[in-house]
Amino acid sequence: MEAAERVCARIEVYGRVQAVGFRPCVYRLATELGIDGFVRNAGGHVVISASGCRQNLDEFVARLERTAPPHARIDRVDVTPDPSTHLGAGFAIAGSSVDHSAGTVTPDLATCQDCLRELWDLADRRYRYPFVNCTNCGPRATIMTSLPYDRSRTSMRGFWMCARCTTEYHDPGNRRFHAEPIACPDCGPQLAWDTARGEDALGAAIVAVADGGIVAVKGIGGYQLVCDATDDQAVRRLRRLKARQRKPFAVMTGSVAEARRLTPLTEPEATVLASAEAPIVLCAGTSARLAPSVAPDVAELGLFLPTSPLHHLLLAGLARPLVVTSGNVAGSPIVIDDLAATTELGPLVDGVLRHDRPIWSRCDDSVARVVSGRTTLLRRARGYAPDFLRLPCATTAPVLAVGAQLKHTTTLAVEDRAYLGPYLGDLENAETLAAFERGVARTLRLHQVSPEYCACDLHPQYLSTRFAERWPAGRRIPVQHHHAHVAATAAEHGVDGPFIGIAYDGLGLGEDGTFWGGEILLATFREHRRVGRFGLAPMPGGAAAIRRPARMALGYLYGAETRAEPLHAAEAAVLLDRLDPIEVRGIRSAVGKRLNCPVTSSAGRLFDAVSALLGVCDSASYEGEAPVLLEAAAAGHPDGKVLHWSLRRQEDLWVFDPVPTLRHLLQAAIDAPPGAVAARFHTTMTEVTVALAEQVASDSGVRTVCLGGGVFQNRRLLTQVLDGLREVGLHGLVSAQVPVNDGGISYGQAAVAAARLDRR
Amino acid sequence: LGHGSGGRLMAELIDQVIATELGVTAPPEDAALVGIADLDLVFSTDGYVVTPRFFPGGDIGSLAVHGTVNDLAMRGARPLALSLAYLVEEGLPIEELRRVTRSVARAAAEVGVPVVTGDTKVVGRGAADGLYVTTTGLGVRLREAYPSAGSGQPGDVVLVSGPLGQHGMAVLDARAELGIDSGIISDSRPLHRLVAAMIEVGGAAVHSLRDPTRGGLASALNELAAASGVGVELVEQHLPVSAQVAAACELLGLDPLHVACEGCLVAFVAPEAADRVLTAMRALPEGEQARRVGVLTQGPVGRVLARTLIGSHRVVDMLVGEQLPRIC
Ligand SMILES: [Fe+3]
Ligand SMILES: [Mg+2]
Ligand SMILES: [Zn+2]
Ligand SMILES: [Zn+2]
Repeated sequence: MEAAERVCARIEVYGRVQAVGFRPCVYRLATELGIDGFVRNAGGHVVISASGCRQNLDEFVARLERTAPPHARIDRVDVTPDPSTHLGAGFAIAGSSVDHSAGTVTPDLATCQDCLRELWDLADRRYRYPFVNCTNCGPRATIMTSLPYDRSRTSMRGFWMCARCTTEYHDPGNRRFHAEPIACPDCGPQLAWDTARGEDALGAAIVAVADGGIVAVKGIGGYQLVCDATDDQAVRRLRRLKARQRKPFAVMTGSVAEARRLTPLTEPEATVLASAEAPIVLCAGTSARLAPSVAPDVAELGLFLPTSPLHHLLLAGLARPLVVTSGNVAGSPIVIDDLAATTELGPLVDGVLRHDRPIWSRCDDSVARVVSGRTTLLRRARGYAPDFLRLPCATTAPVLAVGAQLKHTTTLAVEDRAYLGPYLGDLENAETLAAFERGVARTLRLHQVSPEYCACDLHPQYLSTRFAERWPAGRRIPVQHHHAHVAATAAEHGVDGPFIGIAYDGLGLGEDGTFWGGEILLATFREHRRVGRFGLAPMPGGAAAIRRPARMALGYLYGAETRAEPLHAAEAAVLLDRLDPIEVRGIRSAVGKRLNCPVTSSAGRLFDAVSALLGVCDSASYEGEAPVLLEAAAAGHPDGKVLHWSLRRQEDLWVFDPVPTLRHLLQAAIDAPPGAVAARFHTTMTEVTVALAEQVASDSGVRTVCLGGGVFQNRRLLTQVLDGLREVGLHGLVSAQVPVNDGGISYGQAAVAAARLDRR
Repeated sequence: LGHGSGGRLMAELIDQVIATELGVTAPPEDAALVGIADLDLVFSTDGYVVTPRFFPGGDIGSLAVHGTVNDLAMRGARPLALSLAYLVEEGLPIEELRRVTRSVARAAAEVGVPVVTGDTKVVGRGAADGLYVTTTGLGVRLREAYPSAGSGQPGDVVLVSGPLGQHGMAVLDARAELGIDSGIISDSRPLHRLVAAMIEVGGAAVHSLRDPTRGGLASALNELAAASGVGVELVEQHLPVSAQVAAACELLGLDPLHVACEGCLVAFVAPEAADRVLTAMRALPEGEQARRVGVLTQGPVGRVLARTLIGSHRVVDMLVGEQLPRIC
């Protein structure tokens, strides 16, 4: 048999292939198959120059995907013959190319099973070492200073690898081959607590928490505040310290088994909990084992597992569930700086457990929930951000999409990749605004991109819109808020062609200058047409009505747009008797004179009003509390009979008139508990939504329905609407990787901007 | 045009249309300096529109005098003379015009400045809304007075002369019949004596002065901060707001920082002179409630922050048109 002919090829692999141990995998495969050449990181992808006999080369390409490491994701492999290249014998991992125009930042991953085994193995040299990691786990995005991802460009550059770590790092057969944050007790970061170091520091923190204290702990993406979740006094103190009245806290447990001891979990919930992304998972249920002040009055529990070896050590040492919440003061971004932790958090807590591996990029904990068997993100941050998502239409020029105002995120769009940054918070907070500006600068530096266009909201007073004014008018792409919401869902699902968008949320400025929020749109990525809406109501005092649902109820009572008989004071007697007559009189007068009473078609505000009308929530201590409590109240009532509702045609729009529904609701509430009526309201909103979708579908022939907006964080409503759409033969979609709330706006803006630029 | 509430839209309108067409670069000042020989004249003009024309604490006539006198004072001027122009809609009761004019005369006499010239035009019904008043003021700069919008320095102390939002809420209450017996009275009054007292003890250490009229303190501070190339850090609980204004703002969902004042000023004063200036202010009735509310910082340039009770900072933005809710 004659010697097999050697062929050369250039193989380009696209996807999540950097910082996940992909190159070592390629190395091992090439060595096994006798392929010569080299592999290197280039831009956001990996380039392999390979030569070998045709059969082996084909097998090499075929096996690339199968042998890829667990956290890699291969989107595309391009193979081009490259006869010009002459490759020497053997295979090598080459240095990264300096072109990193489209570099990919890999998210931080929770400790893997192999590393955990070492953590608890008395004989291992990394026994109880809080910074154990490997190519399959550990910090990534938060320690990176620039691309490409090499140790010299991470916050590990200040730690000289010891001889043993160096050997592991350079051994292609080792699972720490090119694990950039590789470390061991001899050469890596160390814990500190006041003047104590190492195990003593850890021990001091454990004693402080065990004694009912609150401790600041340096986590992966920022400092966290930690206390015993079974100690009501400690949790109450934490609430005072954070100025956080009732918003539920998340609880960290050591394992899925321990989480199950708190509340029953479904299989998909257990899977997400144990995933490498390790988000906080909102699980239906409550737990009698936890302090009552952890999650008062709500029907869900936010649980998560340790996200780093340090958290494993803490949990093991304390053997009880812990409240773990972001280390910040009321609305400010999570603290990442050691000095700030000592000076700002230090005086408030019983100690600071810090270490000397700097955090370069802030990243809060992610929040997920399983709905109809699928994981959906409510907050996209650690573990997910800033991994990129696909855009259905590649952008012809780089676009920075600056999002909304609350739950703020930004998205950088380059070609068909959308780098959706981590959740930041409310931009009105000065520290958050500064973090947003710094984050943008960092992202652009990291990707070496200067965006030609900036996509923003229509709202002139969002501080993100103000930021966008740095671009000249011709380079700004304003995107209507609800178009962005539904485009985010459509883009994540790669919807092709027109779709029906149902956007239910708090507020977003519409093209007509009123505030939208209960909208049915007929849309493509480029444009949208409003085809349906909720009836209008005034928001007495604007933002004040949002903070106080009782005001919103008065808005519907005194000023709702309706073709039916307006509501009478007598019908809402329970509410009116409860409120201060001065407030009622003043609001009635302000509504009558339209004084600071912007009108809205918002579905979120209707949920607010219902929550107040049923006596569930008059004032909200956190955003969305009223609908959250309304859903919780309905939880004990699986079926709710539908209430009256009315849909009418008005000036080319389908308009849902909420007044007949509110009237029936108030009648029903006379002799039924609020929860039972709340359940009926959910059923009604489901029927209305499905009816609106059906009408628009039959008018337009479009069958795909994309849901978006914060109201769909309501699990009951979302599940019922998806079921209802399916029953009438419509294809209902909701985003999963992208939050349905305003955290998804920047991604939706990017998708719209890309589509608009496409035909310029 | 949707530029009625002052603030950023108005600033853009002036900047992009009016200043551009006039071919001038308009510094963000309340009044202009005009040098003649060794005399620094200060010159200012303003149109007044208010609904209702009579409100607790004043009317359109007194407002037109105080507003222009205060604009002169913000450049450190002693007022010398005023002009008065009326634009009257046909059908306005003569008695009302008489009442407004009497109020102009009383206000001018109290300031100690004569009305030396004027003009009256009557337009057809519907061509105007009742009565518009324009006043122009001429003053002379006090010696040692150099206040200018762009002169604030990092480290300067921010002083406010009196409670915020009185005028705006008095007018709103008069318009709305809120049914809350608010008892809020407009602070409309002249500030030239207060400024003279400040300059006397502070001199050139009084870097910037501004009367926060439309758009309120928030807009005034944003303009001054941008012009001076500094940041502003306020302490929220030090901001003077009367209980009645706070309650009315709460009811209407307004931020007192965005509500107009007509008898109150904000000053940037060098730290070493701040106590002296504050003491001099408090010695006069119009400065009795003066207080220190914050400091100027290196930046971010043009950004105004307020430290809240719980220790975080909120961004106090300039008002764009109406206050629009931003919460989703
Ligand atoms: Fe929204
Ligand atoms: Mg003026
Ligand atoms: Zn590992
Ligand atoms: Zn080592």
